[in-house]
Amino acid sequence: MIEPFSVLHSRTVVLPVDNIDTDQIIPARFLTTTQRSGLGEHLFADWRRDARNRPREDFVLNRPEAEGARILVAGDNFGCGSSREHAPWALLDHGFRAVLSSSIADIFRSNALRNGLLTVAVDANTHAWLLGNSGAEITLDLQACELRRPGEAAVGFEVEPFARHCMLNGVDPLGWLLSRADDISRFEEARACTP
Amino acid sequence: MSGPGPEAGPSAPRTLFQKVWDRHVVAAETPETPAVLYVDLHLVHEVTSPQAFTALRERGLKVRRPERTLATIDHSVPTDDASWANGLGDMDLSARHQVRVLGDNCGRSGVRLFGVNSSRRGIVHVIGPEQGATQPGMTIVCGDSHTTTHGAFGALAFGIGTTEVGHVLATQCLLQRKPRTLLVELEGRLPAGVSAKDAILATIGQLGVGGGTGHVIEFRGAAVSAMSMEQRMTLCNMAIEAGARAGMVAPDETTFEYLRGRPMAPAGDAWESAVADWRGLVSDPGATYDRSVRIDVSRLRPQVTWGTDPGMVMPVDAHIPQPDSAGHRKALDYMGLSAGAPIAGQPVQLVFIGSCTNSRLGDLRDAAEVLRGRRVAAGVRALVVPGSQQTRLQAEAEGLHRVFIEAGAEWHQSGCSLCIAMNGDRAGAGQYVVSTSNRNFEGRQGQGARTLLASPATAAASAVAGAVADPRPYLEQQRRRIA
Ligand code: SF4
Repeated sequence: MIEPFSVLHSRTVVLPVDNIDTDQIIPARFLTTTQRSGLGEHLFADWRRDARNRPREDFVLNRPEAEGARILVAGDNFGCGSSREHAPWALLDHGFRAVLSSSIADIFRSNALRNGLLTVAVDANTHAWLLGNSGAEITLDLQACELRRPGEAAVGFEVEPFARHCMLNGVDPLGWLLSRADDISRFEEARACTP
Repeated sequence: MSGPGPEAGPSAPRTLFQKVWDRHVVAAETPETPAVLYVDLHLVHEVTSPQAFTALRERGLKVRRPERTLATIDHSVPTDDASWANGLGDMDLSARHQVRVLGDNCGRSGVRLFGVNSSRRGIVHVIGPEQGATQPGMTIVCGDSHTTTHGAFGALAFGIGTTEVGHVLATQCLLQRKPRTLLVELEGRLPAGVSAKDAILATIGQLGVGGGTGHVIEFRGAAVSAMSMEQRMTLCNMAIEAGARAGMVAPDETTFEYLRGRPMAPAGDAWESAVADWRGLVSDPGATYDRSVRIDVSRLRPQVTWGTDPGMVMPVDAHIPQPDSAGHRKALDYMGLSAGAPIAGQPVQLVFIGSCTNSRLGDLRDAAEVLRGRRVAAGVRALVVPGSQQTRLQAEAEGLHRVFIEAGAEWHQSGCSLCIAMNGDRAGAGQYVVSTSNRNFEGRQGQGARTLLASPATAAASAVAGAVADPRPYLEQQRRRIA
């Protein structure tokens, strides 16, 4: 069951790179697990640590100001590539609750929302502001579908309505699907009868 | 087995995608809720399924349709003979555990598994079509983004995450918003030495790696009609690299010929009625798409990537482009390449011929055509990894393995191998790899490894040259030798 999500107020961390793929978010060598926990340690593993496993000082997540930030702002087309759900698991385990970009890749978005990690695609101007104001204290209000920034007008955002409903109320989509079991059976029977 | 779904019946012309979608709508979408979409075939592998089976168990749920589920192992199993000779004894412990867990999960739930000892195992997107499990008009999902491959048969096939794997196991359904459509018309005839891989790389270069987001691509046009099923699979396989939800090709005689007689394909009367039904799976004249692009492939040159996403692509005989963004500069820096230099002649240390993009018999034949009677350059390691054990057997029956071995390449057991580098096959930091796989992301083939994506012919030519090479002169020479 996912943790209900309503209003998130946090500092941002900015990773101004376009097309960040899920292989960067969590490299494949960490996918031999059969669990979904404990992946935060390997988040952006090859960007956070060098080949000798020493932290790269210049990587934003290794800097003190990133500590405790729960909103990641990234370049365009975040989460492209592999469908591994380990990517949102790793982001959540690290402490992130939301990712903002100008666009989010389809499978990643779906995986993220199912796990209570809010993904928001914003317009180009808002995106540019967010990229230029690393560490800004912002508010993501899922109830109002509104992003609020200090000294700026609030901007609206869209989240797929069912995913939003599930996140706001902690509803599990599988439970909802299971409640449609009769429809599914009817569909299967109708198809079995078609020549 | 297919009947009109609740949304069927409008007289408006429909696209191939719309027809397949309509057939599978259990409950139509509303503003508040996505459609409930029925899944005909659910493919499962060891890496993205364990947490889903656990979730079912924790809730006391069973697999609803084990007969619509097919599992195999591919991502984390080694492909070298030595590992197999000692019974996978050296396999990474957590990977071995993962393989065992898949066996247990399938055993408990009655899901058919082509496991470690099966001669039908292989990369999940190779065995589905090979076994005839993949069929036109189906909805097919798998916890793997390259599920788009199966769209080559006129199926609606896409990758899902592990939570959704659980949804499908438990209900045989998914919650889905209907995607938009994008028509990609590939016009003209592919020149000699230029393959479906080159066509899709060029297409991604044009669309961009996010250009297909939210869309299902339908590939159409003279070049697509002329392609074999294997080539169409290469095309659809990489639809995801343009960000598309799925790629599709309307089924035709080429499709039916490929499927006829496959173990899991319909047989007898059922075959005839299936084909009659499949013939209707084409976009109606006048059907409209949300977007469309048209690419003439008749002058296309072999393509190779120079950067760290599949859209950073160029003709093999051109010069590396000047960077026009911070992302391009970062990519060139990671790749250790200089703008303005020719890409051909760039020394390589590894060549990988394999992956769900290019590991089928036709791909191996393409590579063998270049390698026949030649030697892999000194200092280059070349791996040829067939997509499935069946492909391996067929290649051996044709003697292709001898061509590879005599050339000094390694002939492997099937699996994902160096495509994902989580199974023992991996490239070293800083090494250049010409690879027939689908992703040149940083570190994809090993930490610090530098991947150049290309076709099997280009990969083979590069193995011989010891550097990135245009395959056309090699093929030309081969043709003259035979003539
Ligand atoms: S071959 Fe590569 S891309 Fe294909 S399924 Fe395996 S790991 Fe994924």
